[in-house]
Amino acid sequence: MVMKVYGAVLSTAVQRVLAALYEKDLEFELVPVDMRAGEHKQEHFLALNPFGQVPAFEDGDLQLFESRAITQYIAFAYKDKGTPLLCEGKPMATVSVWMEVEAHQFDTAASKLQWELMFKSIFGMATDAAVVEENEAKLSKVLDVYEARLSQSKYMGGDCFTLADLHHLPVLTNLMGTTVKKLFDARPKVSAWAADIMARPAWAKVLAMKNQQ
Amino acid sequence: MAAPVKVYGPPLSTAVSRVLACLLEKDVEFQLVPVNMAKGEHKKPDYLKIQPFGQVPAFQDESITIFESRAICRYICEKHADKGNKSLYSTNPLVKASIEQWLEAEGQSYNPPSSTLVFQLAFAPRVNIKQDEAQIKLNDQKLSKVLDIYDQRLESSRFLAGDEFTLADLSHLPNTHYLVTVGNRGEAFSSRKNVDRWWNEISSRDSWKKVVEMQKSK
Repeated sequence: MVMKVYGAVLSTAVQRVLAALYEKDLEFELVPVDMRAGEHKQEHFLALNPFGQVPAFEDGDLQLFESRAITQYIAFAYKDKGTPLLCEGKPMATVSVWMEVEAHQFDTAASKLQWELMFKSIFGMATDAAVVEENEAKLSKVLDVYEARLSQSKYMGGDCFTLADLHHLPVLTNLMGTTVKKLFDARPKVSAWAADIMARPAWAKVLAMKNQQ
Repeated sequence: MAAPVKVYGPPLSTAVSRVLACLLEKDVEFQLVPVNMAKGEHKKPDYLKIQPFGQVPAFQDESITIFESRAICRYICEKHADKGNKSLYSTNPLVKASIEQWLEAEGQSYNPPSSTLVFQLAFAPRVNIKQDEAQIKLNDQKLSKVLDIYDQRLESSRFLAGDEFTLADLSHLPNTHYLVTVGNRGEAFSSRKNVDRWWNEISSRDSWKKVVEMQKSK
């Protein structure tokens, strides 16, 4: 039975899961969820994710939500397929650290900027300049730490590309299409890392799906 | 015999107490290293070497230095899978997946409103910062919605990830403790039948009682 991902391709959380599936060469079916029609808040979807958010995921009898739990499941359960996205033993601790950093330090500021500078204009809403300024300052501080980290390590979690890098891809790509790109361009190691991970073939496949919408 | 692991930071910190609870559940010996946050020790170069974001906790085990409380907890559970509470985490992919799901839910949905409320209600008054009533109201509403979802989940499950107490439940202890004590938000939990049962059960664990004692003495 084929794995199922429930959600819309425009969602960064859905893209996070798709990226992992493509890296692992795993077959899956994307089941669309019509968020404009509020489908994600209806009973049948809430049964898959009680928080009413995308994505939801099925692999046989296993049902999951939370994109980073789904990617970790995929990486762990299928560790021998496609790109290894986690490490074994001690190095895994460091991958785990930088996965948490993405989830709590990077994503908080980055998501707010993405909302203000990209999604709001799609929905015809006005950007709040104060929120942008505040979160650019926060993101700048995070990226300073990233610049130092990437001066010691090829990828966020260590020598290899792992989920600690992959989790950044959806929001990072969106931000690169806004004025926030300057924050990345200003930091050579961060800029090189961003270019490297965005050029991965698996990510190109996710972007192709996005462009088909 | 291995040297005790080191945890940097005050037990009063929610993130530090998350790690302490985990160490106690796993029977792992530790040494608490004080970090004088009132004097800005956590922003000084020596500390930034072990935690570049200038936050607590930081953690050292032999040659490894890590940070981010949830990453530290996962590391402790994986390294000491056979010690102490063995069902706190799992290497079985299906069991692990459920624990990770609720650990992410805690980090992404529970933590933002609850930590904002903890700051506004418990810490701001202590450091003479004016409370933001609008933020309190907004986050009370957000927390309420999350607790409704938890109440529904806990109707059919003893703990969040299943029948056993896991890291997913443990991760909720620090913020919730402050909310129901200093924060005066007990009713939000006690008014929801299943959340009430769950909170009473997880907060009466010996490990958590020890952490609360440690918070009182520092």
